[in-house]
Amino acid sequence: MGKTLVDKIWEAHKVHEVEGAEVIYIDQQFLHEVTSPQAFDGLRKRDRQVFRINKNLATADHNVPTWNQHLPIQEPLSRKQVKKLTDNCEEFGVQLYGLGHQYQGIVHVIGPELGYTKPGMTIVCGDSHTSTHGAFGAIAFGIGTSQVEQVLASQCLVLKKPKNMRITIDGELQNGVLSKDIILYIISKLDTGGATGHFVEYAGSAIKNLSMEARMTVCNMSIEMGARGGLIAPDETTIDYVKSKWSGEQSDLAAAEKFWSTLYTDEDAKFDTEYHFDAADIEPMLTYGTNPGMGMKVSDSIPATADAKPLAYMGLNNGESLLGKEIQHVFIGSCTNGRIEDLRLIADFVKGKRKSDHVEVMIIPGSKQVEKQAKEEGLDAVFAEAGFQLREPGCSACLGMNEDKIPAGEYCVSTSNRNFEGRQGPGARTILASPLMAAAAAINGKIVDVRSEL
Amino acid sequence: MEKFEKVISTGIPMPIEHVDTDQIIPARFLKATTREGFGDNLFRDWRYDKADQPIQDFVLNNPTYDGSILVAGENFGCGSSREHAAWAIYDFGIRVVVSSFFADIFKGNSLNNGLLPVQLATEEMDEIFKAIEKNPSVQFEVDLPSQTFKILGTDQSFHFEIDNYKKMCMLNGYDDLDFLLSLENEIEKFEKEQVIY
Ligand code: SF4
Repeated sequence: MGKTLVDKIWEAHKVHEVEGAEVIYIDQQFLHEVTSPQAFDGLRKRDRQVFRINKNLATADHNVPTWNQHLPIQEPLSRKQVKKLTDNCEEFGVQLYGLGHQYQGIVHVIGPELGYTKPGMTIVCGDSHTSTHGAFGAIAFGIGTSQVEQVLASQCLVLKKPKNMRITIDGELQNGVLSKDIILYIISKLDTGGATGHFVEYAGSAIKNLSMEARMTVCNMSIEMGARGGLIAPDETTIDYVKSKWSGEQSDLAAAEKFWSTLYTDEDAKFDTEYHFDAADIEPMLTYGTNPGMGMKVSDSIPATADAKPLAYMGLNNGESLLGKEIQHVFIGSCTNGRIEDLRLIADFVKGKRKSDHVEVMIIPGSKQVEKQAKEEGLDAVFAEAGFQLREPGCSACLGMNEDKIPAGEYCVSTSNRNFEGRQGPGARTILASPLMAAAAAINGKIVDVRSEL
Repeated sequence: MEKFEKVISTGIPMPIEHVDTDQIIPARFLKATTREGFGDNLFRDWRYDKADQPIQDFVLNNPTYDGSILVAGENFGCGSSREHAAWAIYDFGIRVVVSSFFADIFKGNSLNNGLLPVQLATEEMDEIFKAIEKNPSVQFEVDLPSQTFKILGTDQSFHFEIDNYKKMCMLNGYDDLDFLLSLENEIEKFEKEQVIY
């Protein structure tokens, strides 16, 4: 019987078997300030060094301010945590792209952007959205801090092999429908636990037609339906992207390309679970509740069966449409939609328009490189004219660990990935949407169907 | 990690589905650089109001319920991979979480910290919730060697699954790293043979 892409990569990384689990070699670990301090402490307690220094890369992203990054961090606990990361990286010799570095940014934005993420790899990070890197045809998944320590100390993890799921989306997307809508649509169909225990391969013509950045958005949110990770088999789009970031010897590139061309699911491979969706059925999507599975098409109304508790938190009612709903904030950024392509798309849409007076709009670039490129392309001027604030990179209001929080009770249309209670600040009400839907809400001061504005 | 063999305790009922780790421990409390002390902020925003006063009808503030077994709803621990969620639950004094379904990363994190996730069938969960409703001081016995969850004072006993490897780790208080470090030669051999780009 044929093998799935996940099977192939998994088997190529198997070091040892134990009863009920396998020891898997990890090619690349990314680290950030929140989930690593206790791992470095663990190494110290055991008197160990980092086993493979060049397979670990760190950045500061979760806590960092998005104004005045050249100044010391104001908030004492954040400052301490970022300092701890700096000290740990120095002590153990791990490469750090910290605050002020030209390569600093959200961990899942910089990995691909700097050419660390490549097809066929195993990649981990103490962060559930590590699944983003799966867009390159890699097995990439989030881990806990104990496991971060294990990878630091041994470059391996003890894992149970996940089940295989394939989600195929064929057909053409409607104008104004983005990859963010594809994944919100899928999650609304499968619910937040629908893919638990699985690795998901996304396939079909609608996926193949996406750019690398749009693919990252899809893979990024795999965890929101419980999946361990999501991936897309590498093709020409992937290889062109990876080649453009290649920093190794040119002579190795041909061999690498040959290897990448072996990374696909065999035709006769069997998946534990399969789903098929039609791209034409997808509309711009919105969430109405307090987990990403509580999503609907913009033209739909909140289901009559939706739970009372999340709706009470959101200040919404069963049967209500979100069209025309007044909002106070728009957050554009995060590892889901904080890449240059997202910023370009938004700039293109808002050019010559101005935000509604009662809405605050922050655009947080995913990395220093994204910020730089946005400025080189003159997007900053477009945003300034529209009244959108382009700030400095970090996770920001995606999880509200820095000062960027949405006030209690206020609505925020957000391009991030989680609408959990309090995620963007205690009492904040988050509506997840695509960058285009977010930009359209900013201009109108309320939720509109972006398709009618294009 | 502490060894785990058997726990006998009352249960704390929390029949809420899809409890995510942002609720278990909100992000603003993740700034500590040690593993201790997270229990104070366990379920912070469900436990305390904006003025930091306990919210009376939340189960952890209800003196009727106590114990080291958290009886939880379906898909417990979804969302963020933060191990702080498992640390907070453990630090609060919980040793077992029982649910009909756990999110993967949370389950792994719990096992790496001596917190036992016990997965039972939905009907079995219903029996447990009913037993607590009838009598909040009903005792449960969680026995790892025999992989059983018992409602004491009744003849109800439920079997639960756990990988042999993980069971051995929990029983002996070993974590994965002890095991991985013993494989160093094999890992180095793998590296020599692996070609990566
Ligand atoms: S942007 Fe949000 S989801 Fe992405 S790594 Fe940062 S906190 Fe996590």
